[in-house]
Amino acid sequence: MSGKSIFDKLWERHVVTGKEGEPQLMYVDQHLIHEVTSPQAFQGLRDAGRKVRRPDLTFGTTDHNVPTVDIFNIRDLISKNQIDTLARNVEEFGIDAATHGTERQGIVHMVGPETGRSQPGKFVVCGDSHTATHGAFGAIAFGIGTSEVEHVFATQCLWQVKPKKMKVEFVGTPQKGVYSKDFILALIARYGVDAGVGYAVEYCGEAIDALSMDERMTIANMSIEFGAKMGLMNPDQKTYDYVEGRACAPKGEKFAEAVADWKTLVSDPDAEYDKVITIDVSELAPMVTWGTNPEMGVEFDQPFPEIKDMNDERAYQYMDVKPGDKAEDIDLGYVFIGSCTNARLSDLELAAKFVKGKHIAPTLTAIVVPGSRPVKKEAERLGLDKIFMDAGFEWRDPGCSMCLGMNPDHVPEGVHCASTSNRNFEGRQGYGARTHLCSPAMAAAAAIAGKFVDVRQMPEVQ
Amino acid sequence: MEKFTVYTGKSVPLMNDNIDTDQLIPKQFLKAVDKKGFGKNLLFEWRYLNDNYDENPDFVFNKPEYRDATILISGDNFGSGSSREHAAWALEDYGFRCVIAGSFSDIHYNNELKNGMLPIVQPLEVRQKLAALPAGEEITIDLPNQVIKSSAGDFSFDIDAEWKRKLVEGLDDIGITLQYEDLIAAYEKQRPSYWQ
Repeated sequence: MSGKSIFDKLWERHVVTGKEGEPQLMYVDQHLIHEVTSPQAFQGLRDAGRKVRRPDLTFGTTDHNVPTVDIFNIRDLISKNQIDTLARNVEEFGIDAATHGTERQGIVHMVGPETGRSQPGKFVVCGDSHTATHGAFGAIAFGIGTSEVEHVFATQCLWQVKPKKMKVEFVGTPQKGVYSKDFILALIARYGVDAGVGYAVEYCGEAIDALSMDERMTIANMSIEFGAKMGLMNPDQKTYDYVEGRACAPKGEKFAEAVADWKTLVSDPDAEYDKVITIDVSELAPMVTWGTNPEMGVEFDQPFPEIKDMNDERAYQYMDVKPGDKAEDIDLGYVFIGSCTNARLSDLELAAKFVKGKHIAPTLTAIVVPGSRPVKKEAERLGLDKIFMDAGFEWRDPGCSMCLGMNPDHVPEGVHCASTSNRNFEGRQGYGARTHLCSPAMAAAAAIAGKFVDVRQMPEVQ
Repeated sequence: MEKFTVYTGKSVPLMNDNIDTDQLIPKQFLKAVDKKGFGKNLLFEWRYLNDNYDENPDFVFNKPEYRDATILISGDNFGSGSSREHAAWALEDYGFRCVIAGSFSDIHYNNELKNGMLPIVQPLEVRQKLAALPAGEEITIDLPNQVIKSSAGDFSFDIDAEWKRKLVEGLDDIGITLQYEDLIAAYEKQRPSYWQ
């Protein structure tokens, strides 16, 4: 009999009832909520006279709508209503939350890890597709719809059919200037935005082992852009060290007990998978997307591809670029460093290296939006805010911001934006906005140069 | 939840691949705190020329012969991207009862089911035949027998038996799950002690 993967072990542990191959009732260890996808679920509870079964396993924050300037002056009254509704709902149902403007507040996928709620072995859900981020800790974590949010509120469980298993192995050592964002963008460009549909993806290999927790989260975060609603990694010493001492981590003897258990939650060497992909990261280059989904991306010095179908045709028309153009030809007007993909402290430190002592190109606007208030505070302690502002960047308060533009932060119509976020869909960053996804290093270097440049050639990568 | 058994309606083709949930319902319409009224803003940037809701006459939904279509035929990876159930609410509120696509994003697939809609996966060849039917011609979706009936032929489809039962009977998921209270409580007792 073959061994089990980490995913098999975690899945098996969380089955309340049901047979494999059919919908099984799965227990949720951690439910994260935010203001956009929870109000209708709370209303559903109220209408049916139901309670939240485990408020202690539920945690909320506000992120999608929050302004990043003058944050208590919310001029969009509909946004304000959603933010206030979250605050009222968590109060009414007895849920702890990092509500608007409070010390722990940030993007929900930053707040989970920072408070120590994201841990190996957990089954984590949230009404947000980037929930796979928490899979970097060796957890099953995925996004759910609002009906499912209500279901978890009432029962702490979800009906799910076990997905197939895919192993994505990253081998080799990357060139300097190639980052974990490039790993995941390259995977999506090579295999497609729907390659992961129906799968839980396990990322492994020496190139993953070598990454920090922050860098691992960037990859797990974009599992959904690969089509997979969940992506996870085997926990190791870096994982335990990250979790230890955080507010919600097990303490003292319990932490030792937890680590002993977590050490068993890794894939057996003879585990079987439905699909296996191997990528040699030493062959990768910095990635930039040219089109309107994350698969439409190329290596920095590669030309944009020929038009092969109606999807490409529409994308080229929307983006106003041509087959044969290269990333350096894009006329950038905006740079956004932020989002749950790339707004952790190490992302801001990396970007700051390319910015220090320089100034952004006069033709563009550049903003930095730390992912959470703790990141903002620590960055300011390190003086990163000053580096960015001296270079002409705007230094903002935390939130999802320009990743999806539900708050006032939009890329103007027709303007090209180098963005560290996760989606380049039509209209995503604003009506008619043209998004080019890339790493924080590429975005920062582009802000200075006024166009995309190859960070591998720059002294800052050393 | 409204039951789904045998449904007859007109179809409309929108064969692009990767129609993401940002297209189905753009972010500016996600700020409501209830589930009503999203249909008007379904595919907003495709259907309208501007913020005044002036219709784009070239977009297929706006053609007179497709206006009362309630079955959508689309491409691969339908509903990719954001988990927003608002996309399913918008489809349902517009009037769609069924989406026939090459594949669905896993999260959006569940969101359609939870709202009494039927997502059906069919190969390109079948979808092209359905898309080529004369505008306004009705097709029948027979869920109990898992078959699409049309003048272009009958096509069978797969669906998980349990999801099918819930749709056919129009069952409330939470009500069903609460019947497992004893099992849930027993599970909670054996969670790892370091989390207790």
